[in-house]
Amino acid sequence: MKVFIPDALRSYTAEARCVEANGDTLDELLVDLDRRFPGIRFRMINEQDEMRPHVAFFVHGAKTRDLNAGLAGSDEVIIMQALSGG
Amino acid sequence: MNVSGVSLHSGVTLIVATRKGLFFVQATSDRSRWTLLEPVFLGHICHHAVLDPRDGRTLVAAAVTGHLGPTIFRSDDAGQTWHEAQRPPAFDKAKPGTTPRVVDHTFWLTPGHVSQPDVWWAGTSPQALWKSSDAGNTWESVRGFNDHPDYELRTEDPQAGTPDGPILHSILVDPRDANHLYFGLSGGGVYESCDAGESWTPLNHGMAITNQDPGGDMEIQPSSIEWKEMGPDHDPHCVQMHPLNPDVLYQQNHCGIYRLERPASTWKRIGRNMPANVGDIGFVVGLHPRDADTCWVFPMDGTDVWPRTSPGGIPAVYATQDAGKTWHPQTRGLPERGWFTVKRQGMSVDGGEPAGVYFGTTSGEVWGSVDEGQTWACLARHLPEIYAVEAVVVA
Repeated sequence: MKVFIPDALRSYTAEARCVEANGDTLDELLVDLDRRFPGIRFRMINEQDEMRPHVAFFVHGAKTRDLNAGLAGSDEVIIMQALSGG
Repeated sequence: MNVSGVSLHSGVTLIVATRKGLFFVQATSDRSRWTLLEPVFLGHICHHAVLDPRDGRTLVAAAVTGHLGPTIFRSDDAGQTWHEAQRPPAFDKAKPGTTPRVVDHTFWLTPGHVSQPDVWWAGTSPQALWKSSDAGNTWESVRGFNDHPDYELRTEDPQAGTPDGPILHSILVDPRDANHLYFGLSGGGVYESCDAGESWTPLNHGMAITNQDPGGDMEIQPSSIEWKEMGPDHDPHCVQMHPLNPDVLYQQNHCGIYRLERPASTWKRIGRNMPANVGDIGFVVGLHPRDADTCWVFPMDGTDVWPRTSPGGIPAVYATQDAGKTWHPQTRGLPERGWFTVKRQGMSVDGGEPAGVYFGTTSGEVWGSVDEGQTWACLARHLPEIYAVEAVVVA
């Protein structure tokens, strides 16, 4: 399925803003994304398998903070990265 | 992730880690002119970056952004290309009933012993020690400290620590013995290991503690009921080991300047000999590469609410050439007035003859002296807030 990558993480995807990855859950999708683009998952998900603050995931337009959220093949996943701060 | 970098020529270089990226300032062969190169990792918070003196080519840098997780970058071609570590420092997944720990950032990096060419050590916030055996590509938890039953007694609660989080820093490797290590905890004190990190012993006798000594005026000895052998009341800001006489340790502590000559285990407060109107509070201490009795500090205002700027707004390096018995200011070339801080990784000394002394400021200036502090010049300005300066020699 299509995964949209925010600016701050495109150094992992050779600047591609949309890439392919697969999984039956958001967690599986991120594992597959990390297999394709090593290191990208840890920038978003900490070692306790928690989403880092200010990283948001939208599955088919709906925001979720549940890594167990189920995915269908037709879903689009958008990763949003807050850029607050100074 | 791969990142393009910089082209460094051989010779003395200052690696400047800042709140918004990594910078390099290169010297001509006589250190008379300095050139600031374009930044690497612009926008990343870089707490530390170090060149491996064992090969003069490998660089390891700690980076994090405001919102992305912490990572480590490596270069094996003196900064031309950078590769992300395959496994940066990360705690184990917490078992039920245990407190989950999450690495916020890597704060400190130290190349290992010369006999172990691919070994590196790292310190993080929350406080933990990490070891890499493959030149910084993968990092393992040093369980002898990180999982010790007394971990919570020894370390500072991440929720109650310093504003940027409690840190493990000043990892020192004895050049005579790869198994002999020290590190500092802010807060928590100084620790020593004689078995390559399997076990650690506090080394805090003689050090004043913070809660009872906020102005650094009162020294509390181990015999005092208030004094504890370990715990977050101890706050060594920066600990240095002399490269040619590793029995000599210097420490700029929250409560003063100390010196320890092993095998003794009681720190001596040599900062008491500083001028009373300046005091001996600060973050940094830099050691002379050959003379174990010479060091430099950058005193800061530790009164009232701790501005941490130079006392009286007069930036000054202070030097001793007699192991702290006497101190004298070195201000020639420095601004007459200034209101910046030099953080704990912000001073470095090269191995030149005479030695070069360098420091970076929170206001983004790099200052240097190539005559052991007698005269100073601004080598780079208008940088982001500087966290660390490392004077290195690129092969």
